[in-house]
Amino acid sequence: MATANTFVQIGSTVTVGGGGAADITFSSIPATYTDLVVKISSRDTTSGSVWQNFQIAFNGLTTNLSSRAVYGNITTPSSASFASNIFMWTSAANATASTFGNAEIYIPNYASSNNKSVSADFVSETNGTDAIYGLTAGLWADASAITSIKLTPALGFAQYSTASLYGILKY
Amino acid sequence: MAAGATYVSIASQTLTSAASTITFSSIPAIYTDLIIVHQGAALTTTALINMELNGDTTGSNYSLTFIIGDGSSAASGQYTSDKFVGRNYTAQQNNIFQIMNYSNSTTYKTTLSRSNSAGNLVQALVSLWRNTAAVTSVRLFVGAGNFDTGTTFSLYGIAAA
Repeated sequence: MATANTFVQIGSTVTVGGGGAADITFSSIPATYTDLVVKISSRDTTSGSVWQNFQIAFNGLTTNLSSRAVYGNITTPSSASFASNIFMWTSAANATASTFGNAEIYIPNYASSNNKSVSADFVSETNGTDAIYGLTAGLWADASAITSIKLTPALGFAQYSTASLYGILKY
Repeated sequence: MAAGATYVSIASQTLTSAASTITFSSIPAIYTDLIIVHQGAALTTTALINMELNGDTTGSNYSLTFIIGDGSSAASGQYTSDKFVGRNYTAQQNNIFQIMNYSNSTTYKTTLSRSNSAGNLVQALVSLWRNTAAVTSVRLFVGAGNFDTGTTFSLYGIAAA
Protein backbone atom coordinates (compact mmCIF):
# COMPACT_ATOMS: atom_id res chain seq x y z
CA MET A 1 0.00 0.00 0.00
CA ALA A 2 1.52 3.28 -1.09
CA THR A 3 1.48 6.04 1.50
CA ALA A 4 3.26 8.85 -0.28
CA ASN A 5 1.44 11.96 -1.31
CA THR A 6 0.74 11.69 -5.02
CA PHE A 7 -0.77 15.15 -5.62
CA VAL A 8 2.11 17.60 -5.81
CA GLN A 9 2.59 21.07 -7.19
CA ILE A 10 4.85 21.38 -10.23
CA GLY A 11 6.79 24.61 -10.14
CA SER A 12 5.26 27.71 -8.61
CA THR A 13 1.90 29.40 -8.83
CA VAL A 14 1.85 32.02 -11.57
CA THR A 15 0.40 35.36 -10.45
CA VAL A 16 -0.31 37.99 -13.10
CA GLY A 17 1.29 41.35 -12.43
CA GLY A 18 0.10 44.91 -12.87
CA GLY A 19 0.31 45.01 -16.63
CA GLY A 20 -1.89 41.97 -17.12
CA ALA A 21 -0.84 39.00 -19.23
CA ALA A 22 -1.57 37.80 -22.74
CA ASP A 23 -1.25 34.20 -21.60
CA ILE A 24 -0.05 31.93 -18.83
CA THR A 25 2.27 29.12 -19.85
CA PHE A 26 3.69 26.16 -17.97
CA SER A 27 6.65 24.70 -19.80
CA SER A 28 9.16 21.89 -19.34
CA ILE A 29 6.53 19.70 -17.67
CA PRO A 30 8.23 16.44 -16.68
CA ALA A 31 6.74 13.11 -17.74
CA THR A 32 7.08 11.69 -14.24
CA TYR A 33 3.43 11.95 -13.25
CA THR A 34 0.29 10.20 -14.44
CA ASP A 35 -2.24 13.03 -14.58
CA LEU A 36 -2.10 16.82 -14.54
CA VAL A 37 -4.40 19.28 -12.80
CA VAL A 38 -4.48 23.03 -13.45
CA LYS A 39 -6.30 25.27 -10.99
CA ILE A 40 -7.06 28.79 -12.17
CA SER A 41 -8.39 31.96 -10.59
CA SER A 42 -8.75 34.51 -13.36
CA ARG A 43 -10.41 37.60 -14.75
CA ASP A 44 -10.38 38.77 -18.34
CA THR A 45 -9.79 42.41 -19.26
CA THR A 46 -12.44 42.60 -21.98
CA SER A 47 -14.58 45.69 -21.34
CA GLY A 48 -18.33 45.46 -21.80
CA SER A 49 -18.37 41.77 -20.86
CA VAL A 50 -19.35 40.11 -17.59
CA TRP A 51 -17.67 36.90 -18.63
CA GLN A 52 -15.39 35.82 -21.45
CA ASN A 53 -13.84 32.64 -22.77
CA PHE A 54 -10.30 31.42 -22.35
CA GLN A 55 -8.70 28.38 -23.89
CA ILE A 56 -6.04 25.78 -23.31
CA ALA A 57 -3.48 24.46 -25.79
CA PHE A 58 -0.51 22.12 -25.56
CA ASN A 59 3.12 21.95 -26.63
CA GLY A 60 2.94 25.29 -28.42
CA LEU A 61 0.44 23.96 -30.94
CA THR A 62 -3.08 25.15 -31.70
CA THR A 63 -4.06 22.25 -33.94
CA ASN A 64 -6.14 19.12 -33.36
CA LEU A 65 -8.11 20.69 -30.51
CA SER A 66 -11.86 20.24 -30.05
CA SER A 67 -14.38 20.52 -27.23
CA ARG A 68 -17.99 20.41 -26.11
CA ALA A 69 -19.38 22.47 -23.28
CA VAL A 70 -22.56 22.63 -21.29
CA TYR A 71 -23.15 25.82 -19.33
CA GLY A 72 -25.74 27.91 -17.60
CA ASN A 73 -25.98 31.59 -16.75
CA ILE A 74 -29.23 33.44 -16.10
CA THR A 75 -31.12 31.75 -18.89
CA THR A 76 -31.81 28.22 -20.01
CA PRO A 77 -28.71 25.98 -19.95
CA SER A 78 -26.99 25.64 -23.30
CA SER A 79 -24.46 23.45 -25.02
CA ALA A 80 -21.94 24.20 -27.74
CA SER A 81 -19.22 22.41 -29.66
CA PHE A 82 -15.94 23.81 -30.96
CA ALA A 83 -13.98 22.17 -33.75
CA SER A 84 -10.67 23.96 -33.16
CA ASN A 85 -10.47 25.01 -29.52
CA ILE A 86 -10.90 23.86 -25.95
CA PHE A 87 -12.89 26.67 -24.38
CA MET A 88 -13.79 27.58 -20.81
CA TRP A 89 -15.19 30.82 -19.39
CA THR A 90 -14.20 33.23 -16.65
CA SER A 91 -15.12 36.64 -15.21
CA ALA A 92 -14.46 39.72 -17.34
CA ALA A 93 -14.12 43.46 -16.84
CA ASN A 94 -17.83 44.19 -16.34
CA ALA A 95 -18.17 41.63 -13.57
CA THR A 96 -18.38 42.96 -10.02
CA ALA A 97 -15.04 44.47 -9.08
CA SER A 98 -12.55 42.10 -7.45
CA THR A 99 -14.42 38.96 -8.54
CA PHE A 100 -12.48 36.23 -10.29
CA GLY A 101 -13.69 33.09 -11.98
CA ASN A 102 -12.38 29.67 -10.96
CA ALA A 103 -11.58 26.71 -13.15
CA GLU A 104 -10.11 23.27 -12.71
CA ILE A 105 -8.71 21.33 -15.63
CA TYR A 106 -7.89 17.62 -15.34
CA ILE A 107 -5.76 15.83 -17.94
CA PRO A 108 -5.40 12.06 -17.41
CA ASN A 109 -2.44 10.14 -18.87
CA TYR A 110 -0.85 13.31 -20.23
CA ALA A 111 2.42 11.57 -21.07
CA SER A 112 0.86 8.63 -22.89
CA SER A 113 0.94 7.98 -26.63
CA ASN A 114 -2.85 8.20 -26.89
CA ASN A 115 -4.85 11.29 -27.77
CA LYS A 116 -5.36 13.46 -24.67
CA SER A 117 -8.81 13.94 -23.17
CA VAL A 118 -9.52 16.90 -20.92
CA SER A 119 -12.08 17.50 -18.18
CA ALA A 120 -12.75 21.09 -17.11
CA ASP A 121 -15.13 22.77 -14.67
CA PHE A 122 -15.50 26.55 -14.54
CA VAL A 123 -17.49 29.03 -12.47
CA SER A 124 -17.90 32.79 -12.39
CA GLU A 125 -20.21 34.41 -9.86
CA THR A 126 -20.44 38.20 -9.93
CA ASN A 127 -23.03 39.23 -7.35
CA GLY A 128 -24.67 41.02 -10.24
CA THR A 129 -27.07 40.33 -13.06
CA ASP A 130 -25.11 37.64 -14.83
CA ALA A 131 -22.79 34.76 -14.09
CA ILE A 132 -21.75 31.51 -15.69
CA TYR A 133 -21.12 27.95 -14.63
CA GLY A 134 -20.18 25.11 -16.90
CA LEU A 135 -18.35 21.97 -17.87
CA THR A 136 -16.07 21.30 -20.82
CA ALA A 137 -14.94 18.05 -22.41
CA GLY A 138 -11.84 18.61 -24.50
CA LEU A 139 -9.64 16.56 -26.78
CA TRP A 140 -6.16 17.14 -28.13
CA ALA A 141 -5.88 14.56 -30.91
CA ASP A 142 -2.14 14.21 -30.67
CA ALA A 143 -0.07 11.28 -29.45
CA SER A 144 2.76 13.43 -28.07
CA ALA A 145 3.39 13.68 -24.36
CA ILE A 146 2.28 17.05 -23.03
CA THR A 147 5.32 19.10 -22.11
CA SER A 148 3.78 22.57 -22.00
CA ILE A 149 0.38 24.08 -21.31
CA LYS A 150 -0.73 27.50 -22.52
CA LEU A 151 -3.79 29.29 -21.18
CA THR A 152 -4.95 32.11 -23.45
CA PRO A 153 -7.68 34.60 -22.49
CA ALA A 154 -10.04 36.34 -24.90
CA LEU A 155 -8.17 39.60 -24.42
CA GLY A 156 -5.89 39.47 -21.39
CA PHE A 157 -5.62 38.03 -17.90
CA ALA A 158 -6.12 40.78 -15.34
CA GLN A 159 -3.75 41.51 -12.50
CA TYR A 160 -3.96 39.02 -9.63
CA SER A 161 -5.10 36.19 -11.87
CA THR A 162 -3.36 32.99 -10.80
CA ALA A 163 -2.73 29.51 -12.16
CA SER A 164 -1.17 26.49 -10.47
CA LEU A 165 -0.09 23.19 -12.00
CA TYR A 166 -0.18 19.89 -10.11
CA GLY A 167 0.97 16.40 -10.95
CA ILE A 168 -0.79 13.25 -9.78
CA LEU A 169 1.18 10.04 -9.59
CA LYS A 170 -0.16 6.54 -9.40
CA TYR A 171 2.04 3.70 -8.37
CA MET B 1 0.27 20.64 11.84
CA ALA B 2 -0.36 17.30 10.21
CA ALA B 3 2.03 16.55 7.38
CA GLY B 4 0.87 13.10 6.35
CA ALA B 5 -0.14 12.06 2.88
CA THR B 6 -3.60 13.33 1.96
CA TYR B 7 -3.90 12.21 -1.67
CA VAL B 8 -2.72 8.68 -2.14
CA SER B 9 -2.65 6.23 -5.02
CA ILE B 10 -4.44 3.11 -3.75
CA ALA B 11 -4.46 1.01 -6.91
CA SER B 12 -4.49 1.22 -10.68
CA GLN B 13 -5.34 -1.04 -13.58
CA THR B 14 -4.34 -0.87 -17.24
CA LEU B 15 -6.22 -3.26 -19.46
CA THR B 16 -3.95 -5.60 -21.41
CA SER B 17 -6.97 -6.95 -23.27
CA ALA B 18 -10.47 -5.62 -23.83
CA ALA B 19 -12.76 -6.14 -20.86
CA SER B 20 -16.32 -5.31 -19.93
CA THR B 21 -15.72 -4.89 -16.21
CA ILE B 22 -13.07 -3.94 -13.67
CA THR B 23 -13.18 -4.09 -9.88
CA PHE B 24 -11.28 -2.39 -7.10
CA SER B 25 -11.66 -4.52 -3.99
CA SER B 26 -10.39 -4.55 -0.39
CA ILE B 27 -10.48 -0.77 -0.28
CA PRO B 28 -9.26 0.27 3.16
CA ALA B 29 -11.37 2.58 5.32
CA ILE B 30 -8.49 4.90 6.15
CA TYR B 31 -9.39 7.71 3.77
CA THR B 32 -12.23 10.23 3.62
CA ASP B 33 -13.06 10.27 -0.07
CA LEU B 34 -12.31 8.15 -3.11
CA ILE B 35 -11.56 9.25 -6.66
CA ILE B 36 -11.50 6.96 -9.67
CA VAL B 37 -10.11 8.26 -12.96
CA HIS B 38 -10.95 6.36 -16.13
CA GLN B 39 -9.21 7.22 -19.39
CA GLY B 40 -9.50 5.32 -22.64
CA ALA B 41 -11.95 4.27 -25.30
CA ALA B 42 -14.59 1.68 -26.02
CA LEU B 43 -13.49 -1.22 -28.19
CA THR B 44 -16.29 -0.91 -30.75
CA THR B 45 -19.55 -0.19 -28.97
CA THR B 46 -20.74 2.97 -27.27
CA ALA B 47 -22.34 2.19 -23.93
CA LEU B 48 -23.13 3.47 -20.48
CA ILE B 49 -20.70 2.79 -17.64
CA ASN B 50 -22.36 1.37 -14.54
CA MET B 51 -21.10 1.33 -10.97
CA GLU B 52 -21.86 -1.24 -8.27
CA LEU B 53 -20.65 -0.80 -4.72
CA ASN B 54 -19.83 -3.73 -2.41
CA GLY B 55 -21.23 -6.17 -4.93
CA ASP B 56 -24.78 -4.84 -4.64
CA THR B 57 -26.37 -5.69 -7.98
CA THR B 58 -29.88 -4.52 -7.07
CA GLY B 59 -30.72 -1.66 -9.39
CA SER B 60 -33.43 -0.29 -7.15
CA ASN B 61 -30.78 0.56 -4.55
CA TYR B 62 -29.30 3.16 -6.88
CA SER B 63 -30.61 6.43 -8.34
CA LEU B 64 -29.12 9.30 -10.28
CA THR B 65 -29.62 12.81 -11.67
CA PHE B 66 -27.59 14.32 -14.50
CA ILE B 67 -27.04 17.34 -16.72
CA ILE B 68 -25.67 16.79 -20.18
CA GLY B 69 -24.63 18.77 -23.25
CA ASP B 70 -24.10 17.31 -26.70
CA GLY B 71 -22.78 20.41 -28.38
CA SER B 72 -26.12 21.73 -29.54
CA SER B 73 -28.46 21.49 -26.59
CA ALA B 74 -28.44 20.90 -22.84
CA ALA B 75 -30.69 18.53 -20.95
CA SER B 76 -31.09 17.02 -17.53
CA GLY B 77 -32.77 13.90 -16.26
CA GLN B 78 -33.27 11.52 -13.38
CA TYR B 79 -33.50 7.77 -12.92
CA THR B 80 -34.83 6.41 -9.67
CA SER B 81 -33.66 2.83 -10.16
CA ASP B 82 -30.50 2.77 -12.22
CA LYS B 83 -26.76 2.64 -11.67
CA PHE B 84 -25.11 4.19 -14.69
CA VAL B 85 -22.52 6.80 -13.82
CA GLY B 86 -20.59 7.43 -17.02
CA ARG B 87 -20.18 6.93 -20.74
CA ASN B 88 -17.89 4.77 -22.86
CA TYR B 89 -17.23 6.03 -26.41
CA THR B 90 -14.92 4.74 -29.10
CA ALA B 91 -12.80 7.93 -29.05
CA GLN B 92 -10.35 8.77 -26.26
CA GLN B 93 -12.30 10.18 -23.33
CA ASN B 94 -12.30 10.24 -19.55
CA ASN B 95 -14.70 9.72 -16.68
CA ILE B 96 -13.93 10.89 -13.15
CA PHE B 97 -15.86 9.51 -10.17
CA GLN B 98 -15.70 10.96 -6.65
CA ILE B 99 -17.24 8.94 -3.83
CA MET B 100 -17.62 11.22 -0.84
CA ASN B 101 -17.29 10.04 2.76
CA TYR B 102 -17.18 6.45 1.52
CA SER B 103 -16.09 4.77 4.73
CA ASN B 104 -18.73 5.96 7.17
CA SER B 105 -21.40 3.49 8.25
CA THR B 106 -24.28 5.86 8.91
CA THR B 107 -25.13 7.59 5.63
CA TYR B 108 -26.06 6.57 2.12
CA LYS B 109 -23.19 7.04 -0.31
CA THR B 110 -23.17 9.78 -2.95
CA THR B 111 -20.97 9.80 -6.04
CA LEU B 112 -20.21 12.81 -8.23
CA SER B 113 -19.30 11.83 -11.77
CA ARG B 114 -17.94 13.73 -14.76
CA SER B 115 -17.93 12.32 -18.28
CA ASN B 116 -15.85 14.01 -20.95
CA SER B 117 -15.99 13.01 -24.60
CA ALA B 118 -15.15 15.99 -26.80
CA GLY B 119 -16.68 14.38 -29.87
CA ASN B 120 -19.88 13.35 -28.19
CA LEU B 121 -20.93 14.98 -24.94
CA VAL B 122 -20.06 16.41 -21.58
CA GLN B 123 -21.95 15.30 -18.47
CA ALA B 124 -22.13 15.84 -14.73
CA LEU B 125 -24.01 13.23 -12.72
CA VAL B 126 -24.80 12.61 -9.10
CA SER B 127 -25.71 9.11 -7.99
CA LEU B 128 -26.84 7.63 -4.71
CA TRP B 129 -26.37 4.16 -3.29
CA ARG B 130 -29.05 3.68 -0.67
CA ASN B 131 -26.93 1.71 1.76
CA THR B 132 -25.07 2.83 4.88
CA ALA B 133 -22.23 0.31 4.67
CA ALA B 134 -18.68 1.49 4.23
CA VAL B 135 -17.61 1.08 0.61
CA THR B 136 -15.01 -1.66 0.30
CA SER B 137 -15.30 -2.48 -3.38
CA VAL B 138 -16.21 -0.67 -6.58
CA ARG B 139 -17.12 -2.43 -9.79
CA LEU B 140 -17.33 -0.53 -13.08
CA PHE B 141 -18.83 -2.25 -16.09
CA VAL B 142 -20.27 -1.34 -19.45
CA GLY B 143 -23.80 -2.14 -20.52
CA ALA B 144 -22.55 -3.41 -23.88
CA GLY B 145 -19.22 -4.02 -25.55
CA ASN B 146 -15.89 -3.55 -23.80
CA PHE B 147 -13.34 -1.12 -22.52
CA ASP B 148 -10.52 -1.24 -25.06
CA THR B 149 -6.98 -2.45 -24.46
CA GLY B 150 -4.88 0.25 -22.84
CA THR B 151 -7.76 1.79 -20.94
CA THR B 152 -6.62 2.89 -17.48
CA PHE B 153 -8.42 3.07 -14.15
CA SER B 154 -6.77 4.76 -11.18
CA LEU B 155 -8.10 4.72 -7.63
CA TYR B 156 -7.04 7.44 -5.20
CA GLY B 157 -7.82 8.03 -1.55
CA ILE B 158 -8.09 11.47 0.02
CA ALA B 159 -7.49 11.59 3.75
CA ALA B 160 -8.83 14.24 6.06
CA ALA B 161 -6.14 16.23 7.81
